[in-house]
Amino acid sequence: MATRRPLSPHLTVYRLMHTMVFSVLHRATGVVLSVALVLLAGWLLALAAGPLAYARAATLFGSPPGLLLLLGLCGAFCYHLCNGIRHLVFDTGRCLEKDAARRSGSVMLFAALALTAVSALMMLRLRGWL
Amino acid sequence: MSLRTPLGRVLGLGTSSGVHHWWAQRLTALALAPLGAWFVVSLLTLPDLGYAAVRGWLAAPRNAVPMLLLVPVVAYHSWLGVAVVLEDYVHGRVTKTVALLVVQFLHLLVATAALLAVLKLALGSGA
Repeated sequence: MATRRPLSPHLTVYRLMHTMVFSVLHRATGVVLSVALVLLAGWLLALAAGPLAYARAATLFGSPPGLLLLLGLCGAFCYHLCNGIRHLVFDTGRCLEKDAARRSGSVMLFAALALTAVSALMMLRLRGWL
Repeated sequence: MSLRTPLGRVLGLGTSSGVHHWWAQRLTALALAPLGAWFVVSLLTLPDLGYAAVRGWLAAPRNAVPMLLLVPVVAYHSWLGVAVVLEDYVHGRVTKTVALLVVQFLHLLVATAALLAVLKLALGSGA
C-alpha cells in the first residue's frame, strides 16, 4: 500500500469517559455472546443426542462454575440487549447530544443490572436454591 | 499521472457492501431483541431444566418456530459483529482475510449444527 491513510485513532489519546466505556462494553459483550453461541449449539446438540448426553451437559452447566458462567452470559446478554436498543435509538438520530447520551447510558446500565439481578434470582429458583 | 478519473480509481475497492452490512446488522438486532428476550425468559420460567421439560418445550411448534428463527438470525448478527471487530483490530491483508473467513465458516458450522439439533427435536416423534 503506497498511501498511509490514518486508520482508527489511537485510543489512548482520549480521556476515559463513561459513554466510551459503554461503547467498548457493547463490543466486548457482543464478542462474549458470539463465543456463547458455541455453547448454545453444544447444549442443543446434547439435547438432540438424548437424555444421557443432556444429563452430562446439565451437570456441567449446573455446577457452581457453570452457573457462574451462565450468570455472566446472562449479564452480557442483558447489557447487549439494553445498550443495543439504545444504539438503535441513536441510529434514528435521537439522543446524540452529550447530556442525552449520558442520561440514556445511566438508564441503560440500571435496566441491564436490574434484568441481570432478576435473571439471577430466576436461575437460583430453577436450581432449587431459592 | 493516470488518466483515470478519481471515481474510476475507487470503484470496486473497499467494502462496497458497507451499507448492506450496516443495515443487516440493525435489522437482525431488531429481530433479536424480542427473539433473544423470549429465549432467555422461556428457559428461566420453565418448571425445571431437566431433559423431559426442555425437550417437551422445544418439541412444541410455538417454541420450535422462534428457535428456528433465532438460530440463523443470531448467527448472522454475530458474524456481522465479529467481522467488524476483526476488520478494526486485525491488521495485515492475509491475517485479516484468513480471520474473516475462519469466523464466517465457524458461524456457518455452529448455525447448521444448532439448526439440525432443533429440527431433529421439533420433527422427531416423542422422546
